[in-house]
Amino acid sequence: MSFTLSAADFLSVLPESILFAMGMVVLVFEMFGTGRDTRNLAYLSLLSLLVSGFALHRLAGRGITGFGGSITADPFAIVLGMIFLLVVALIVLVSIRYLHDRGVGHGEYYALLLFACGGMMLMVSSTDLLTIFIGLEILSISSYVLCGLIQGDLRSNESALKYFLLGAFATGFLLYGMVLLYGATGSIRLPEIAAAVNRSEVRGNPMIWYGLGLILVGFGFKIALVPFHMWTPDVYEGAPTPVTAFLSSAPKAAGFGALIRILTEGLGALTPEWSQVLWVVAALTMTVGNALALQQDNIKRMLAYSSIAHAGYILVALVAGGRDSLGGVLFYLLAYAFMNSGAFAVLILASSPVRERVTFEDYRGYGYVEPALALAMVVFMLSLTGIPLTAGFAGKFQIFKSAIDKGYVWLAVIGLLNSVVSVYYYLRMIVVMYMQRPTAEHPPERVVPSVPLYVAVAASALGVLYLGVFPAGWLELSVRSVTSLLAGG
Amino acid sequence: MLVFFYLFAAAAVLGALGVLLLRNPVYCALSLVATMSALGGVFILLNQEFVAAIQILIYAGAIMVLFLFVIMLLNLRSDEQFIARWNPGKVVGIAMALVILAQLVGVFTSASATLGPAGEYPAERIAKEGAVEIVGGLLVTQYVLPFEVASILLMVAIIGAVVIAKRQIAKPSQEGR
Repeated sequence: MSFTLSAADFLSVLPESILFAMGMVVLVFEMFGTGRDTRNLAYLSLLSLLVSGFALHRLAGRGITGFGGSITADPFAIVLGMIFLLVVALIVLVSIRYLHDRGVGHGEYYALLLFACGGMMLMVSSTDLLTIFIGLEILSISSYVLCGLIQGDLRSNESALKYFLLGAFATGFLLYGMVLLYGATGSIRLPEIAAAVNRSEVRGNPMIWYGLGLILVGFGFKIALVPFHMWTPDVYEGAPTPVTAFLSSAPKAAGFGALIRILTEGLGALTPEWSQVLWVVAALTMTVGNALALQQDNIKRMLAYSSIAHAGYILVALVAGGRDSLGGVLFYLLAYAFMNSGAFAVLILASSPVRERVTFEDYRGYGYVEPALALAMVVFMLSLTGIPLTAGFAGKFQIFKSAIDKGYVWLAVIGLLNSVVSVYYYLRMIVVMYMQRPTAEHPPERVVPSVPLYVAVAASALGVLYLGVFPAGWLELSVRSVTSLLAGG
Repeated sequence: MLVFFYLFAAAAVLGALGVLLLRNPVYCALSLVATMSALGGVFILLNQEFVAAIQILIYAGAIMVLFLFVIMLLNLRSDEQFIARWNPGKVVGIAMALVILAQLVGVFTSASATLGPAGEYPAERIAKEGAVEIVGGLLVTQYVLPFEVASILLMVAIIGAVVIAKRQIAKPSQEGR
């Protein structure tokens, strides 16, 4: 048995390798660091993300595959990888002051973010179940630890423990599903699974169906689809706010990426069946997410439920299938990354260790104290609602239009009705900021300036507006990058 | 052979039930040891001595010893603090578990539930070349990437454990000052 690794093998995992290596460098640097000040580590992490992004960019268009085809640097993986790098970069920017103020000076924070980012990139660029699973676990374990980062804060501990226990449970389901799929098809590689599933006698095998069901349950937990969403609000509320911002966008994007790859490249032959299941899940996810978001007074909880609702919108596109819809998924994931991170960045900027501003009441009259910041929040809220000229509108338009084109009119109608409902809680933020007088218990104060946070807010706002006004370029790229996925499946 | 299979299978199921139903966490952990060892026996019946040895060494040995250490270090006074009394959630949970059991039985007893094509390493070849050689060879050739990335996964888990444990050691000393 002869076996050699070629340059292509190493190139195909270069962006991930850079992140893993730099994560370790950050850990080593921390040993020589100056106590609680971890700002230099943050800038080192940003640099690593940039270098990894450059490597990823250089891979584009070369069609490199490595390790016997189990890693592919196809446009789908590269576009998603860029989204992850961008989200993690925004999270690093919003974390710097938060960690510094609260004395949570673990350099491990940035290392874990880098490892999680590498895990996510591995998840979406891998075409065998084993590597997808390991990537997912790197992401999950990093996330559990990030949730429980704040010293002696019971809510943070509760959040970490809850996420860990339910996450481990979900992992069990996912793994069992993968094992059944392997048992029935005799392979863990998606192309070989696809070839097996294309034969009708294999399709009559109940193990395939049970495996598919368990995989959907496992991913349903990870991307918080109804009815597997129960953990979301508690975990998001208790986790440190930058971690919440991370959890609500990047891992979901990674989960969707891996799920899309498994469902189209591996189980494309079963599309009529899984799309029926996901139809129901999408309708439930949108409706329950929005209905619960309506009742929240805590903005972190509101954004948690809103992230469930947005996962529902994205699922509509997955149900509809086809180039335009899946391209819409990539577009929406980027749009959501901008608007969600931006909204959380404003929350973090407005809060201080003395005073966490996380309820609606805290923002009474805020529009007159911090006009620029309030205006940015307005942009994010309008975009989350889906008002024209924002990224959220362009994304929803693409998703619902392609769903109607494919004949899923009712699902699109449910989605549109839900968008209308969501106007209430997103606009409530704007009403509170501009039309309500501040009370004695909730005096509006000017924020303590912080350059990295301003950069994050400004970048997110510009991203939202740019994607809203000029959606064509990114949309075309998104649609083009899912083409290879569908051709392969 | 079949008798032994049923023996090991019954032991595994009884052990698993013990984990769920026993009150004392130490007994629960020991029941888990019984389950893991019984699974090792099932692997031997399948002619997978290597997997059986790993199962006993890692699961029944290393991991369970850690479990017991942790449980004993936690020094639980009342055995019942983790065990909820009967409540609606528990009833629904048991009902769901029974549904899943029924489904799995249905799946595996169905006539069309056949295994996929055998791979490159049937039992005869494993018997001839040796399981350790084959597994070891595959780990550094075909599956070198998952093997290497698994080390990152383990490192992330270790860092996580250190981050979480570090602050619990640091906390009492701060309070003491």
